[in-house]
Amino acid sequence: MSKGLPETRTDAAMSELVPEPRPKPAVPMKPVGINPNLLGYIGIDTIIEQMRKKTMKTGFDFNIMVVGQSGLGKSTLVNTLFKSQVSRKASSWNREEKIPKTVEIKAIGHVIEEGGVKMKLTVIDTPGFGDQINNERCWEPIEKYINEQYEKFLKEEVNIARKKRIPDTRVHCCLYFISPTGHSLRPLDLEFMKHLSKVVNIIPVIAKADTMTLEEKSEFKQRVRKELEVNGIEFYPQKEFDEDLEDKTENDKIRQESMPFAVVGSDKEYQVNGKRVLGRKTPWGIIEVENLNHCEFALLRDFVIRTHLQDLKEVTHNIHYETYRAKRLNDNGGLPPGEGLLGTVLPPVPATPCPTAE
Amino acid sequence: ICNSISRPTGEGCRTVPLAGHVGFDSLPDQLVNKSVSQGFCFNILCVGETGLGKSTLMDTLFNTKFEGEPATHTQPGVQLRSNTYDLQESNVGLKLTIVSTVGFGDQINKEDSYKPIVEFIDAQFEAYLQEELKIRRVLHTYHDSRIHACLYFIAPTGHSLKSLDLVTMKKLDSKVNIIPIIAKSDAISKSELTKFKIKITSELVSNGVQIYQFPTDDESVAEINGTMNAHLPFAVIGSTEELKIGNKMMKARQYPWGTVQVENEAHCDFVKLREMLIRVNMEDLREQTHSRHYELYRRCKLEEMGFKDTDPDSKPFSLQETYEAKRNEFLGELQKKEEEMRQMFVQRVKEKEAELKEAEKELHEKFDRLKKLHQDEKKKLEDKKKSLDDEVNAFKQRKTAAELLQSQGSQAGGSQTLKRDKEKKK
Repeated sequence: MSKGLPETRTDAAMSELVPEPRPKPAVPMKPVGINPNLLGYIGIDTIIEQMRKKTMKTGFDFNIMVVGQSGLGKSTLVNTLFKSQVSRKASSWNREEKIPKTVEIKAIGHVIEEGGVKMKLTVIDTPGFGDQINNERCWEPIEKYINEQYEKFLKEEVNIARKKRIPDTRVHCCLYFISPTGHSLRPLDLEFMKHLSKVVNIIPVIAKADTMTLEEKSEFKQRVRKELEVNGIEFYPQKEFDEDLEDKTENDKIRQESMPFAVVGSDKEYQVNGKRVLGRKTPWGIIEVENLNHCEFALLRDFVIRTHLQDLKEVTHNIHYETYRAKRLNDNGGLPPGEGLLGTVLPPVPATPCPTAE
Repeated sequence: ICNSISRPTGEGCRTVPLAGHVGFDSLPDQLVNKSVSQGFCFNILCVGETGLGKSTLMDTLFNTKFEGEPATHTQPGVQLRSNTYDLQESNVGLKLTIVSTVGFGDQINKEDSYKPIVEFIDAQFEAYLQEELKIRRVLHTYHDSRIHACLYFIAPTGHSLKSLDLVTMKKLDSKVNIIPIIAKSDAISKSELTKFKIKITSELVSNGVQIYQFPTDDESVAEINGTMNAHLPFAVIGSTEELKIGNKMMKARQYPWGTVQVENEAHCDFVKLREMLIRVNMEDLREQTHSRHYELYRRCKLEEMGFKDTDPDSKPFSLQETYEAKRNEFLGELQKKEEEMRQMFVQRVKEKEAELKEAEKELHEKFDRLKKLHQDEKKKLEDKKKSLDDEVNAFKQRKTAAELLQSQGSQAGGSQTLKRDKEKKK
């Protein structure tokens, strides 16, 4: 999988300031014009170029969900990730809009373009999660939303006359924000991740990591990793979906060393050493968001956007969606006809989570 | 209790400017790399009469000697021969499947010649549809066997299309991307070729045959595809023999009057065909097969099976409902069959039972008979024994009586009486 990917990716982990890597194309491009002097060459590898052109034309969809208690910096982080105001910060809301009484799901879409690649990015925010006094089952609305998106896609796919490109609203990635307590994971965190890791790709991040020193950070990360393992929570990249040895070694390194990423988000720029960098200004110094010595934001960004974005979509489509579909089609065999099936009354998507294949 | 606020796609979706380099422009690369590691597959169908050089052309196109014996003209019906090969170029692996008709055009009655071809194409669609409809499916590792391109070989008569060609192409045009080519075109002169091409194109148009048009919506290839569309059908020559021409080795065919170079554009359109088929439009051919031909097949098949989509006003059907109905129907049929079998089983058992009962009765009768026989025998023997016993008793009585008399006589008379008794006895 890393064939043709920028070698600068691993170098970036070493250097201080992350350079802007430009990915090398997978194969040297062949001119489209007719070249009659190449006897042995057939031209099969031009399919790469043909495919790339096609995908650039159709564009991409990406849906990212952020879950965590209020004030953990979710919106700021997403804005930093995508270097634009894609998420409205809670602090900028009117004062009348207090913390919601229940978990709300807010999905807002934007179109962003870079290097000729158009992406429709949808950020799904979950205000109200974990903010009540009694947070029992507060993950249920989120699970319901995710299943609703699978349902929508399934309905479209099952049509007789179906669209050329089915609109994809399924959640490809869920960033779960862990509070930087320094101790361990909270029961709410464990419950949420236990339930949701079976239906969506979860990437745990430690929020507001500028409150921990380096030692505290590494200890906390180790403890979190241990706890996730003990509780059987498979976060993305899941071990069972590693395709080949290359993937496995690469992902193992990420799973066992880097994750969960301890991040700091900011959308303000400051002048440091003559360069303008994103950072947070404190009386004791400026925390540079993209500096790997300060926090792991750059790792998270590279991981989610530059190397594993397509894989996130594929795992969602090939595994989570298929699991949902198989369960749904199997279940309907038991329901009497006319009730709660695709196409008729929009079926009540079960409030309780669908038990998966296990 | 959950509010879902979402701005629907396409409506009011703002384009937001980026304040720096995010990095998702590597997305096409990520996608392509995944595809490369999975490998590609491409399936070509060659339809044409025996001896038009289908196998040779494939060899020439892919620079490989694919195995295979040339077919004879004595095939009883049209068959399809399919072979899959793994080709590799740089780091791209291609699973190439070449399907060739065998015996096409050789029969005396060619009415049904197109049928095996149509059936084959449909069978590939059906296999894909079945996989797609499965509950547990593995579509992303499924080996796609659907035909992406159909090269139709036209015989170089120089006049016009044969009626077999027209009929076959008409049957195939809604199922597969047809690219007509003039085979063995070194048999036609340049001037005849232009007339031939015009005649073929006009016949195709007047008969409503939809051949594959190279796509002209992408600016980078619009121009070249547009020009190529005008050169259809391509006049090709195939050859795997390499001859030295000038100071280079080239694929060519040698005649006493000159050498025809395969890759010389002045001699034939082989290079154009290779360019269009492989280097420019391979991906588009695959996409058209999936999004147009396969969707059409799927739609027809599902409608045929009784599924319907949602109607805006009437009560909508649903795929699941119809599934349910079908499943119940099927179960009903199965139950009926089960009943039938059960009935048959019961019947057979009854018959067998009756048979066995008969046999049992017979046995009983036989046993009774034998028993009676035995008893009769026994009785007879007993009677005999009794009579014998009686005789013995009688004898004993007489003996005792005689002895008694004798003892009395000996007291009275002596041995004379005994003698007299003895004589008397005698």
